[in-house]
Amino acid sequence: MQGFGAILRKELADHFSSYRFLILFALIAMVSLVSTYMVGLDIRHSLEGAAKPRFVFLLLFTASGVGFSLVQFVAFFGPLIGLILGFDAINRERNEGTLSKLLAQPIYRDAVINAKFMASVFIIALMLVSIVLVISGLGLIVIGVVPGPEEILRIAVYLCISIVYISLWLAVAILFSILFRSISTSALSMLAVWIFFTFFVSMGASAIAGALVSGSAADNPAAIVKSARIQNAILLASPMELYNDATSTIIDPMRKTTRKLLQVGVMEQISMSRFSGPLPLSASILVVWPYIVMLLALMLISFGISYAVFMRQEIRSL
Amino acid sequence: MDAENVIATRELTKRYNGQAAVDGLTFSVRAGEVYGFLGPNGAGKTTTLLMLLGLTEPTGGQVRVMGIDPAREPIKVKRQIGYLQENMGFYRDLSGWQSLNYIAELNGIYGADARARIEAALVQTGLENEAHKKVGAYSRGMRQRLGFAEILLKNPRIAFLDEPTLGLDPDATNRMLEMIQDLCRRQKMTVLLSSHLLHQVQRICHRVGIMIGGHLVAEGPMQKLAAEKLGVGQEQYTLEEIYMKYFKES
Repeated sequence: MQGFGAILRKELADHFSSYRFLILFALIAMVSLVSTYMVGLDIRHSLEGAAKPRFVFLLLFTASGVGFSLVQFVAFFGPLIGLILGFDAINRERNEGTLSKLLAQPIYRDAVINAKFMASVFIIALMLVSIVLVISGLGLIVIGVVPGPEEILRIAVYLCISIVYISLWLAVAILFSILFRSISTSALSMLAVWIFFTFFVSMGASAIAGALVSGSAADNPAAIVKSARIQNAILLASPMELYNDATSTIIDPMRKTTRKLLQVGVMEQISMSRFSGPLPLSASILVVWPYIVMLLALMLISFGISYAVFMRQEIRSL
Repeated sequence: MDAENVIATRELTKRYNGQAAVDGLTFSVRAGEVYGFLGPNGAGKTTTLLMLLGLTEPTGGQVRVMGIDPAREPIKVKRQIGYLQENMGFYRDLSGWQSLNYIAELNGIYGADARARIEAALVQTGLENEAHKKVGAYSRGMRQRLGFAEILLKNPRIAFLDEPTLGLDPDATNRMLEMIQDLCRRQKMTVLLSSHLLHQVQRICHRVGIMIGGHLVAEGPMQKLAAEKLGVGQEQYTLEEIYMKYFKES
């Protein structure tokens, strides 16, 4: 496509030379390294003298050492990465008058938005892959366990899901940069969306479930199940929950389902604990497949909206 | 629309929310001439240029640039047109050389060919010593020349210059006007120039069109307009006098 390569190269060069990218990268690398190191020490301590359990290497990513694990960290700060990479993608060029210059060149209009999106997706992928590689290296040194082929595969699948998750937020940020002329407005609205999905959806889910399920739920098993179902349905609206669900059985093979089970009776608990072996990778993927597809669909929908809005925008308003 | 017209419009109209920015504009520009597009701010000059470039779709009427409809095949048209926009934006963090290289790449010009064209454009605009400074540190005159270098590099058949001398000091203005004349004489480019700085237009344009409120109120060589408005036999006239006559009438 004419112009795509040229814009992609320039966008990548811009990212690599920008301070915000360096700061972001340093911050994320620092946090993940410190937390992994703590987790690694913890694991080594508890493994001393014991036989190697299965999938111990994946614990590096899921165990929370100093308060949160890497998976939680990505779920929480992923939106921020997308925001930082995308909130001024289009409106900065518009404000500086370079967008109409760009469009006066013999290129297709969609080359601009496609190249900007792809350049940022590339940056996201690069960031995540390098961090996971560094963590793995550190893990090798600290806990001294070599990951098996299945663990490596699981990490690769986890990486792909994380890239899609952050790209979803990137697409939303780019949409705001098209809709709002002012850079600070688009950044603030993006922050608002982030806060909404981080805090309010989970709070709102339990509030709505409580309101919908009447009567005292504590002594009524049917009401508890009903309320949990409603909560889960509402939580599906939040990409963070989707991401947590999508990665849960991938990176933590001991889990059987995406959400915590409601174990009502003693017999149920006993029957669950009989199947304590890990799920095979194919089964893990099968369990989370709907969530992966939903994340992917959300990303494509938000990018599709940005694309459609950008293509139809009147140049005079550029 | 005859063959030597590189630009021709018929009843071209553009409405924004029902308000006509350009209203039934019919005009044509011949190959190799410098056509001056005059008019007060908000007369619809820039909107017309955008429609000719295919960046804005006309509400009605017909446009042909080198026989092509810009609304249908914008890429073909943009390949033939160099556009110096009013208050041109630049990437501040790129050097002049890098900016030109980006434009070259967007036009599909790479490697040795791109380098040769960039060097030539820099020398022609007198920016060769500032080529590796960041554009953010350029003065207004230098930026305008860099915008001009982008056109030279592309070497199109037609150049659209929107207020090319606005905000330049007298020396820079002279330089810009000479460069525009050079485009026409040496590179055989057709130049469509929009401005409201009349004495400058008068110096370099072969024909002018006066646009007021979205209408073209007069068009032709300056002598003809002078004869129409100021009476035959008037030897001394300025474009300003002609323009003011039209402006007061409308």
